[in-house]
Amino acid sequence: MAVIADLLVQGGEMALVLLIAPLLIGFIRKVKARLLRRAGPSIIQPYRDLARLMRKEVVVAEHASWLFRATPYLIFATTWVAASLVPTFATGLMFSWTADLLAIIALLASARFFLALAGMDVGTAFGGIGASREVMIASLAEPAMLLIVFTLALIAGSTQLSAVASVMASSSVGLRVSLGLALVSLIMVAIAENARIPVDNPATHLELTMVHEAMVLEYSGRHLAMIEFAAALKFLLYASLIACVFMPWGLASLSAGPARYLAGTAAYVAKLALCGALLALFETAIAKMRLFRVPDFLGAALMLGLLGVLLLFMSRSL
Amino acid sequence: MAVVAILSCVAALLATAVLALAMARSILATRWVYGTCLAASIIALASAAIGLVGNSDGDELVKLPLGIPWIGANFRLDVLAAFFLVVVNLGGTAASLYGFGHGRHEATPQRVLPFFPIFLAAMNLVVLAADAFTFLLSWEFMSLASWALVMAHHRDADNARAGYVYLLMASFGTMALLLAFSLLAGVGGSYDFTAMRTADHTPLIAALVLGLTLLGAGSKAGLVPLHVWLPLAHPAAPSHVSALMSGVMTKVAVYGFVRIIFDLLAEPSWWMSMVVLLLGGVTAVLGVLYALMQHDLKRLLAYHTVENIGIIYIGLGLALAFQANHMAWAAALALTAALFHVLNHSLFKSLLFFGAGAVLVATRARDMEHLGGLIHRMPLTSFAFLVGCVAISALPPLNGFASEWLTFQAILQSPALPQWGLKILVPAIGAMLALSAALAGACFVKAYGVTFLGRARTSAAAQAGEVDLFSLAAMFGFAALCVLIGIFPGLVIDGLAPLTRDLVGTGMPAQLGLPWLSIVPIPATRSSYNGLLVFVFIGLSAMLAVYVIHRFGSHGLRRAPAWDCGFPDPSPSTQYTAGSFAQPIRRVFGTFVFGVSERIDMPRPGDIRPARFELELADLIWDRLYQPVAGAVELAAEWLNHFQFLTIRRYLSLVFLVLVVLLLALAIWP
Repeated sequence: MAVIADLLVQGGEMALVLLIAPLLIGFIRKVKARLLRRAGPSIIQPYRDLARLMRKEVVVAEHASWLFRATPYLIFATTWVAASLVPTFATGLMFSWTADLLAIIALLASARFFLALAGMDVGTAFGGIGASREVMIASLAEPAMLLIVFTLALIAGSTQLSAVASVMASSSVGLRVSLGLALVSLIMVAIAENARIPVDNPATHLELTMVHEAMVLEYSGRHLAMIEFAAALKFLLYASLIACVFMPWGLASLSAGPARYLAGTAAYVAKLALCGALLALFETAIAKMRLFRVPDFLGAALMLGLLGVLLLFMSRSL
Repeated sequence: MAVVAILSCVAALLATAVLALAMARSILATRWVYGTCLAASIIALASAAIGLVGNSDGDELVKLPLGIPWIGANFRLDVLAAFFLVVVNLGGTAASLYGFGHGRHEATPQRVLPFFPIFLAAMNLVVLAADAFTFLLSWEFMSLASWALVMAHHRDADNARAGYVYLLMASFGTMALLLAFSLLAGVGGSYDFTAMRTADHTPLIAALVLGLTLLGAGSKAGLVPLHVWLPLAHPAAPSHVSALMSGVMTKVAVYGFVRIIFDLLAEPSWWMSMVVLLLGGVTAVLGVLYALMQHDLKRLLAYHTVENIGIIYIGLGLALAFQANHMAWAAALALTAALFHVLNHSLFKSLLFFGAGAVLVATRARDMEHLGGLIHRMPLTSFAFLVGCVAISALPPLNGFASEWLTFQAILQSPALPQWGLKILVPAIGAMLALSAALAGACFVKAYGVTFLGRARTSAAAQAGEVDLFSLAAMFGFAALCVLIGIFPGLVIDGLAPLTRDLVGTGMPAQLGLPWLSIVPIPATRSSYNGLLVFVFIGLSAMLAVYVIHRFGSHGLRRAPAWDCGFPDPSPSTQYTAGSFAQPIRRVFGTFVFGVSERIDMPRPGDIRPARFELELADLIWDRLYQPVAGAVELAAEWLNHFQFLTIRRYLSLVFLVLVVLLLALAIWP
């Protein structure tokens, strides 16, 4: 009986992640529009977009191979699994030990690997440009991310996110220099990984500046829906990661009962709203940078991460 | 029993080589040679596996009355040798199977067939050897056989140069190992490994042995800056030999390092690990950066071997650091990670070289700029190659990720190390490992994307056909192993436990008993990874998505010309090339690592001459390190050359002079 309940909670978490991801995107767009004194589209517009795309016929380029058609589902599945392994409203769920933070980062890398391949599959210049720039950004963002993981793991003594979250929630951690560095670095990486301003502009279709959009240029219909969904899930993943590590309040634990779960979910939604609002504010205030300024930006993230790890190697209490 | 079985396989291989020499031109020779190699490798593989798993009755020693009379040739199968024999013969089995089909396309079989069995036999003997003399003799045999295979297509000027550089580096390496063993043996010492193990070594001797082993085994493995021969020689050989050289021979070199440093030189000191870690980190990053700049598919793969050797040495360096500080469990973790990566790399690198060989057979091209669109023409090869690309890029749930994950876990244990040097170095090494992992992903997007995806860039690529079944069987066998080991990493970790128990005193906790077959390397940290569940979850979620969308959404599909922002160009030359794909990364790292210089010559409007773009990449290691040495050698040779054309009187006076000097030296000597 207990096993079934745990399984249901785990399934519920996966469904919650799936349901809430487009909402977060819609929320950010709304806040951004309001900051620009526009009315903006409805907050549930992303759901409508996804539903519309899923109903449409797919137009596939003539040269495209099976890889092009399989990739959207693969990316969606990988990102979904990764996103549901990050603690959202509760820690220690039934399958939370399946993959630790290192594996979650690597799952995202898998998704990106296939997306970049799909970008090259049709054999157009834009697909190549997007793929090439995406892997350049990733080759700097990923090491920075792994160094952040090192920082968290050295403080918590584990790379398991549930364990990290419970250590962070305990009073023993307190304010630390290394955590501050990791937070700044993580935000920079999250911005780059999710193709947000100032690294990339998700709303652009100006050829010379786009990275992510250039890769998915040939996608349409349900394939595009899957990719957009995966992008939303990835954004949610980073938001949940920041929430569960740096704002670990209100997280329920396994078998805590429905009331705690509900409280955890409410806290989670509030944290996401906070993250989204802050991002919208930041994006409105800043301009997109040139592509070859991005390595400097990510290099700074990498150095901050390395500094955090070095401090922890010097002393566990820094 | 197992030793005798493997030695008989070696004897059979050597006999095959002799016969192949006689009848290499006959049509049946190819099948017969590879058939024998296949059978011998399978038997040796089975014996080695028995030696690894069922090593309960202790090591057995076989002494053959060969070589130096009072030593003989000693062979011993301990767990370390058994593990590396599994790696060697697994690679040998697949390469022989691949050669069965691939060998038919060989233009000069008489230059390949006799040396292939010798190469296999020599690698088995190196691992099996239990005294320094047998070890060095087999090592030299291995070098020479592989040199002969590199020179199989010797009329190609590049190959001749590759062979020359390889021969120089191989002799240099053997010389370093010879000196290392003589230091280990001491003044009155024995060449037997058992005697070396028990001897006491002063810190100075230990330091010299480490340096010489790094030179000797490191040059064979491809540690930067001794790697220069590797990207020249590995691609020059026929593809199944490239697979053996990259996938297996570099592992034999790693075996040499592990045998000497971990086994014979028992007590390491902590500064040794700093040297190994630093070399490993630099090798990993530089290897992958060089690989990114290549557009020759086989050379790209060879540079990736350099990168993976770096990752293995990072693991070995961590193991040394932990062992020097008596943290046996952490040393076991790091050593397991390194050896796990040895197995993994031998699998996916062989697979990738098989794929490159298949492409070479189908299109006659190694240059990626002449390929493209092969996924349509060679669907099976391209699928197997994709599995290899995902595995080598360390993406879950395949095997490359499992071993890199273990290495990262080992790095996370290192703040407990007391030495400040290590405390500062290890985080930097961790960052380098992370950087190389990310760049490897980028590099294989490029390799796969340019070679197999997009549109064909030449007519040869447009008309390529699928390769023979034997080649495909070899590729799919290894692809399946990559997936299986990625899903069940616990099997390999448990298999390596007796080995680490032998070398560092303890094994990792048993993994197979854990629920759901997950792996938890250090119970105290609760860090876990479960390849099986990740694989199942991704599969189920993808199938669920496909089902839901096709059932409730749309399933219509229409083919149309590519959109390309409204400007589709029909010419395949508008696609991104290997060079353009690497351009952003070249720009980020290039000036620092390669001294990149780009020259753009753009004609003025109205001028009709073509625009030119020139790109120069400098190999700084070659220019700064090897060119001066080569220059000095040449200068000395020029100078000594004068002595060749003297008259007899001058020679006689020279002899007299030397005699006087020697006598004087003797007289003055205290």
